Amino acid sequence: MIALRTLCPLLVVAGLALIPAFTSANTTLNFLVFALIVALSAQGWNILAGYGGQFSFGHAAFFGLGAYGTALAQARFGINPWVAFAAGIGLAALAGTVIGYLSFRAGLRGSYFTLVTLAFAEVFRILFNAASFTGGAAGVLVKLDVRPENFQFASRSVFYWVVLGIVALVLLLTMRLERSRFGAWLIAIRENEAAAKALGVDVLMVKLQAIALSAAITGAAGGLYVQYFLYLDANIGFGPWISVETLMAAIIGGAGTALGPVLGALALHGLGQLTKGIAGGTPGIDLVLFGALLILAVAFMRDGIIGRLRRLLVWGRR
Amino acid sequence: MLEVRALTKRFGGLVAVNDVSLDVPAGSITGLIGPNGAGKTTLFTLISGFETPTTGTVRFEGADITTLPAFRRARLGIARTFQIVQPFAGLSVAENIAVGAHLRHRSRGEAIRAAEAVAERVGLTQSLETPAASLTIAGRKRLELARALATEPKLLLLDEVLAGLNPSEIRDMLPVMRAIAASGVTILMVEHVMQAVMSLCDYIHVLAQGKHIAEGKPEEIARNSSVVEAYLGRGAASRLTGGTLNG
Amino acid sequence: MLSPDIILAAVLNGLMNGAIYALIALGLTLVYGVLHIINFAHGATLTAAMFVVFIAFTVFGIDPFVMIPAMALGFFGVGYALQRFVVGPAAQGSDNNVLLITLGLSIMIENGLLAVFHSDTRSIDVPYGFSSFDLGFTFLSVPKVAGFGVSLAVALVLWVILIRTDTGKAIRAVARERMGAELAGIDVEHIFAVTFGLGAATVAIAACLLMPTFYVSPRIGNAFVLVAFTIVVLGGMGSIPGAVTGALIVGIIESVSGLFLDESLGQLGIFILFILVLLLRPTGLFGART
Repeated sequence: MIALRTLCPLLVVAGLALIPAFTSANTTLNFLVFALIVALSAQGWNILAGYGGQFSFGHAAFFGLGAYGTALAQARFGINPWVAFAAGIGLAALAGTVIGYLSFRAGLRGSYFTLVTLAFAEVFRILFNAASFTGGAAGVLVKLDVRPENFQFASRSVFYWVVLGIVALVLLLTMRLERSRFGAWLIAIRENEAAAKALGVDVLMVKLQAIALSAAITGAAGGLYVQYFLYLDANIGFGPWISVETLMAAIIGGAGTALGPVLGALALHGLGQLTKGIAGGTPGIDLVLFGALLILAVAFMRDGIIGRLRRLLVWGRR
Repeated sequence: MLEVRALTKRFGGLVAVNDVSLDVPAGSITGLIGPNGAGKTTLFTLISGFETPTTGTVRFEGADITTLPAFRRARLGIARTFQIVQPFAGLSVAENIAVGAHLRHRSRGEAIRAAEAVAERVGLTQSLETPAASLTIAGRKRLELARALATEPKLLLLDEVLAGLNPSEIRDMLPVMRAIAASGVTILMVEHVMQAVMSLCDYIHVLAQGKHIAEGKPEEIARNSSVVEAYLGRGAASRLTGGTLNG
Repeated sequence: MLSPDIILAAVLNGLMNGAIYALIALGLTLVYGVLHIINFAHGATLTAAMFVVFIAFTVFGIDPFVMIPAMALGFFGVGYALQRFVVGPAAQGSDNNVLLITLGLSIMIENGLLAVFHSDTRSIDVPYGFSSFDLGFTFLSVPKVAGFGVSLAVALVLWVILIRTDTGKAIRAVARERMGAELAGIDVEHIFAVTFGLGAATVAIAACLLMPTFYVSPRIGNAFVLVAFTIVVLGGMGSIPGAVTGALIVGIIESVSGLFLDESLGQLGIFILFILVLLLRPTGLFGART
């Protein structure tokens, strides 16, 4: 079982890494890049919500800040895109810490925490949509300048590998977290906050570290998004859709498992492609099917999604 | 080791703990008894830091800890169990105990090893891999004890760890608790099971309606029949005496 | 400086809007209070109801106010069935699952409407749409005043149902202590479905009241529901008087701040209020506890 634990993620990452060797079709790579960006965003959410039990519905706030941080540092200050990317991540982590400090200090838990994160994301969306510094409703463009030192690559495959590399790094980080003291404390808080306190866990501090890490990872997803599409507006960066995709990917894949968000994002986007294919051109129909499949998927994962995933892993890969 | 001075806790109009002072000397097993609603559990929450008192002070090893948050007290060496057991239901027994052990051991491996050692002391070795949610009541009580013990406390606050156990389970638990005390851990215990209190404790404090009404060695408490009967009901004194003899 | 008349007019207008917000918030708070879940399909239900009203008027010429009883009953049935046969069984007792399922439902409804009606905004043209009462210093729209009256009446009826009827008592029992209610022989699944049904009925009525003066598009419901969340939190989750009072306050704040703030920032005030209430007084301004 322990060997399996490390083998599975390795196989998944290796499998994904090999895909560009078989196809260089733009549509396939676009699909994969986008799916992996959502996977990364979900990996971030998973730290706070999957392991820590703090159910955020506003990770768009961190995605958007990561994306805007990356874009604006370049567009407004001419900072190197790689450095801008790091700045975007830092900005998201900072926002996570501040939002976390305010909410956790106030003792917000459960639905209350969920709602306050939703509200914070909306505040950012409205502000960034209105401010001229952020480009307002017109959004912000990243200048096309294809050089590796500019974090822009001539080949989509290279960008894909960069994204995959970051996803793999976070996967590794999450697996280490599972076996660390921080991870044990975080899970203890999810399971029973009072008991964790009695055992000497500094609940506020652990939650703050978790939300900072979580926001940084989701912020990185935002930064990658803007480096790939070179365009951003507030409805993309802070739109409720990214919060929804993020948590759906993590939950469908298995919240509180290292590999869950990655599998979930791939499944979710695979499903999206499938329904798009079935529905043909009519806008909306594909998402109706998607919604229906989502409900069916939830309904037929009998003993919880995580349990189902574990069984699937044990049974499928042996 | 623990000095409680003039501790009072009000919830609105209700005075749950009223001007209570008591000492727990290092190395002792001290009992806290009294009828339901006497304020014993509230006193525990004040000592462990889950609530702060309205007035009064709590000192631990000479330092004032009255307003220190619970997790800091745990780090100083005060561990508590909960009357209503609070397992990490989704985790295994070993993982549950390891959370406590992590307080003193950073590495996962050491924490797990420490957890296994503690499990041995409380008799949970057989159930290390069992999910906490599927333990029996007796198992959960042991887990509660083990987790607290894993934080390597100097002072252990036990809130009715024997409640809900059948007589044979209680008999199994007594030597476990004696061994913990013998290993140098000071114990303050709230307990309703009188035979256990009488046989384990060096010294007993009696609380009723939030007030400290009596204290003494078990045999003195048992002899203090007027007080005991007034608060524990008629015939309680003789039952207590019987308990001492049997214990 | 704005004249007191203009501010008073804004306050009155805010009260009118607030009453309709109250209806939407009532459904949300009721479902939260009883099922302890956040129903993410609430907004989509409102949108769907608005489209039904739209079709009934444009195709069959039925007035929205006439539609109220039929809409309330019809959506009660829809809500009941959704909880009883879809959300309840599919969730299997997990709150995360409820979240995903109501999300899934909302995605289905919204995009179904999008496929049929596209993203255009549509409105109906009732004969009394622009008639108004002249108060001397301002005009009050007749359909809005009627909407205000109906909203408060519906809130009152809901309150009476909860306080006086056996079903209402059962709902309150389940809200307070699910296990105990179950042991007392209450069919909890039925009560859950009734609650969900009542939630859907209130947004259906809100749709009837909104359509004469507002427009509909496939995503319009979400804007209302975000406001409704604020109201529910402001009033204390699960509290009905809290929701009504909170809604009127939010209506006024929105309307008055509209005088001072840019259109695009109009909603900002609401969200900041929302965050402040959550951080400073999460049990709501009126201290109702769930």
